[in-house]
Amino acid sequence: MIDMTLTPAHYKSDVKPVWCPGCGDFGVLNALAKALAKLALRPEDVAVVSGIGCSSRIPAYTSAYGFHGVHGRALAVGTGLKVARPDLTVVVTGGDGDGYSIGGNHFLHACRRNVDLTYIVMDNRVYGMTKGQPSPTTEADWTSKLMPQGTGLGEIKPMAIALAAGANFIARGFTGDPNGLADLIVSAVEHPGFSFVEVLSPCVTFRPEQREWKKMVRGHALAPAADSVEAATRIFADDGMNLGVLYAGTRRPFAPPIGRAQRTPTDLERRFAL
Amino acid sequence: MLKQIEGSQAVAEAVARCRPEVVCAYPISPQTHIVESLGRLVASGELRHCEFINVESEFAAMSVAIGASAAGARAYTATASQGLLFMAEAVFNASGLGLPIVMTVANRAIGAPINIWNDHSDSMALRDCGWIQLFAENNQEAVDLHVQAFRLAEELSLPVMVCMDGFILTHAVERVDLPTQDQVDAWLPPYEPRQVLDPADPVSIGAMVGPEAFMEVRYLAHYKQRQALDLIPEWATQFQQVFGRAAGGLVRAYRCEDAETVVVALGSILGTLKDTVDALREEGLRIGVLGLHCFRPWPAEAVRAALAHVGRVVVVEKSLAVGLGGIVSQNVRAAYPHSPDHVHTVIAGLGGRAITRASLAGMLRSAAGGTLGRLTFLDLDEGLVARALAREKAQRRTGPLAEALLRDVGVVAARPA
Ligand SMILES: Cc1ncc(C[n+]2csc(CCOP(=O)(O)OP(=O)(O)O)c2C)c(N)n1
Ligand code: SF4
Repeated sequence: MIDMTLTPAHYKSDVKPVWCPGCGDFGVLNALAKALAKLALRPEDVAVVSGIGCSSRIPAYTSAYGFHGVHGRALAVGTGLKVARPDLTVVVTGGDGDGYSIGGNHFLHACRRNVDLTYIVMDNRVYGMTKGQPSPTTEADWTSKLMPQGTGLGEIKPMAIALAAGANFIARGFTGDPNGLADLIVSAVEHPGFSFVEVLSPCVTFRPEQREWKKMVRGHALAPAADSVEAATRIFADDGMNLGVLYAGTRRPFAPPIGRAQRTPTDLERRFAL
Repeated sequence: MLKQIEGSQAVAEAVARCRPEVVCAYPISPQTHIVESLGRLVASGELRHCEFINVESEFAAMSVAIGASAAGARAYTATASQGLLFMAEAVFNASGLGLPIVMTVANRAIGAPINIWNDHSDSMALRDCGWIQLFAENNQEAVDLHVQAFRLAEELSLPVMVCMDGFILTHAVERVDLPTQDQVDAWLPPYEPRQVLDPADPVSIGAMVGPEAFMEVRYLAHYKQRQALDLIPEWATQFQQVFGRAAGGLVRAYRCEDAETVVVALGSILGTLKDTVDALREEGLRIGVLGLHCFRPWPAEAVRAALAHVGRVVVVEKSLAVGLGGIVSQNVRAAYPHSPDHVHTVIAGLGGRAITRASLAGMLRSAAGGTLGRLTFLDLDEGLVARALAREKAQRRTGPLAEALLRDVGVVAARPA
């Protein structure tokens, strides 16, 4: 039953975020809460799964089911959760370090498996939690304590990887545009299969220059392509600042074997009754 | 060269003077400052002929170190906690292949629940994987053990883990006597690998070995670790002659000569224990401390000899073999020449819980008085445990344990029930 009385506030817990003032992740939390309200999902119908990082703290700040796992494994945990409880809306969250370096292989296989998940990566092009080391999306010449002369390595293109690996929905949002981001999350959740939402989420502490992103992004410059070849051409021409849905495909999502009983908490309780 | 310096930086400087050719790492607290300092030393040109690789995970870090070491380079990495566990498969691989990699472990608890503070669960989880494990008492020793570790590793073709307490040592600023480059060069000869990539003599590293020789490969690893039992004390003496200070060795005794009770421990807690023992001696208790500076190979003979005249042994350890009790104390019990009933296990400081002198003194008084149990959890909040157990008895669906306990202790991050 759709409950029209749910507001974004219902999706936030009373735990106060420990993010730095001005951190982009606040914007993701707000957008996620707005999106869930728009979707009129009850908090108990949603599970938010994460790994480790500043961004990965987000489950605790929502009133949905939260799962804070180990570094890099969020997508695998989310996959397990979704196949066991297909009735829940599963949102997997985390940072660029969690998702693209230590958890990079799961990213490939989650796209390929196409389980009906929404994966929100808060990309700040840095490891915020460990205080400022370069990630796979960090610019080659960005200097840090760990790599004082930069990594010298080109950034990966997560959207291109997602497309090549089989993700069904690919979009980019920006925390400075919470309404636009909320709409993207709504579309991502509604789209069947694996949806990938890359969010430009500034780390004001270790990458203060990212405050400039608000002047650099191009709002909704991306119109969704249904054709992967066209999407690929656009992704390779993209400079990382175009917002919107880039690709909405029609690949059939992974479905657990037919005939399997859907487990509700009551079923589980019955199984474990003493 | 005396310097007021953070432990991590001091270790990085010492490692740099050992002239590693490949350094790779993935950041994790409390290891980060070590590898950031090395990154700086490479970038500034102070550490030359060294590749610094910013890898994508700890699994990659150890694997890169394995590749580099197999190619004949001196390889180093550092990690902690979850990182050490994540690289575990490669850690076994390194020792199985006999590659003399040196790795610092900035000791930290293992989750879940997530905890970034110090204990020894990480190193202890991998104690039997074939690496030599050395434990530093303070930052001076952390520096010196690294200088010893490269030579030991390369002499025996075995990897060495230097364990130092996370935050307590890694982040403490202390006065440290840093060895000079000349001193280290005189101490540590250039690396001469037993196996190397040589086009004139092509080899395959990592061949599959079946039942016909697997046991022998393992036995030889054990045999080489036992050789370290002779080398470590010998080189500790040599080290003292060259560098003018004691460091390393298998075990070191403090006020044990006439002791009736001896406390055994490893790592930075030794300092607190010595202070506590000094105070207890004032009260007339005949008590001493035995520090373990090498945990693998297990120095059974040295421990046996040190405890031969001792009637009661208390092992204070920062790790827990869940379902058994102590890890270090199991080893000590096996080496102790008298009744194992006189070896007490005290689990302390898990997840960074402060180990205070007052608690240690109270516990040691009861040990000396004969009332300490066989297994004690120092400063365990028994009320908290009782509440959790009562809840579990009363209802089936008690929810996530960590969150419930946080609620009980009133931590703000826990949601109301
Ligand atoms: C196995 C393992 N290795 C390393 C760490 C240390 N660590 C915690 S968070 C993190 C990176 C965080 O970066 P990112 O995922 O981009 O998130 P952010 O903090 O920037 O939001 C690292 C390296 C860990 N917790 N576990
Ligand atoms: S360090 Fe960066 S990513 Fe972490 S909370 Fe602060 S601003 Fe956000």
